[in-house]
Amino acid sequence: MSRKPYERAITSEWIFRHPRYVRYMVREFSCLFIGGWTLLMVWGLKQLSEGPAAWAAFLELLKSPASIAFHLLTLAFAAYHSVTWFNLTPKALPLQVGEEFVPDWVIAGAHYAGWAVLSSIILALAI
Amino acid sequence: MAKSNKPIVWGPFAAGGTLTAFLTPALVLLTLLAALGHAPDLLAYERLHALASHWFAKLVAAGIVFLSLWSAAHRLRITAYDLGVRADTLVATVLYAATLACTGAAIYYLLKI
Repeated sequence: MSRKPYERAITSEWIFRHPRYVRYMVREFSCLFIGGWTLLMVWGLKQLSEGPAAWAAFLELLKSPASIAFHLLTLAFAAYHSVTWFNLTPKALPLQVGEEFVPDWVIAGAHYAGWAVLSSIILALAI
Repeated sequence: MAKSNKPIVWGPFAAGGTLTAFLTPALVLLTLLAALGHAPDLLAYERLHALASHWFAKLVAAGIVFLSLWSAAHRLRITAYDLGVRADTLVATVLYAATLACTGAAIYYLLKI
């Protein structure tokens, strides 16, 4: 007896069937930049542990054109990740007070405010 | 009862997603400034080395590295599946193992500082 199970063709053309799917994939690709930048920071820790000369070489590496381009892309993708993440938070963590649910914009807005405050603190302390 | 390891992989993903949403853009801005030749004071060797010498800073740095890498690895795993890579067990094993290895390396360097 022979079996011939149906095998669905695996493609990735579905991404382009709707703008929403493209935006989804752009969000998912943010992981390459956030992950890549984190790996770069691990390399920075290695250089920092090896002394001032190694650290200076790392700062010099950061100044290469490829690094500048990578940083600009990473900043854009990281910000896109933040926006999509905060906009999803009310869906993931609906908050009920008494009989009513707290409106989505309040929860997302509180996260945006926290993001702004934290980013300001980091920049103020670092610069 | 069916067992699932989903909460174990999803927990650090959600934590890392939240952490990177709050912190990563500002931190990337700092290294972008350095890339443009205007390195923030924090990135001067003496100041950063002094900061990284504190045990609490080491703990925070290791936590940020682990959660950022884990959430990126988890997202990359899902994306690989979406793009038609069906060898999920292999992809997951490689990505999570790489995350643990790189986190281990980060901890090693932090302890050397």
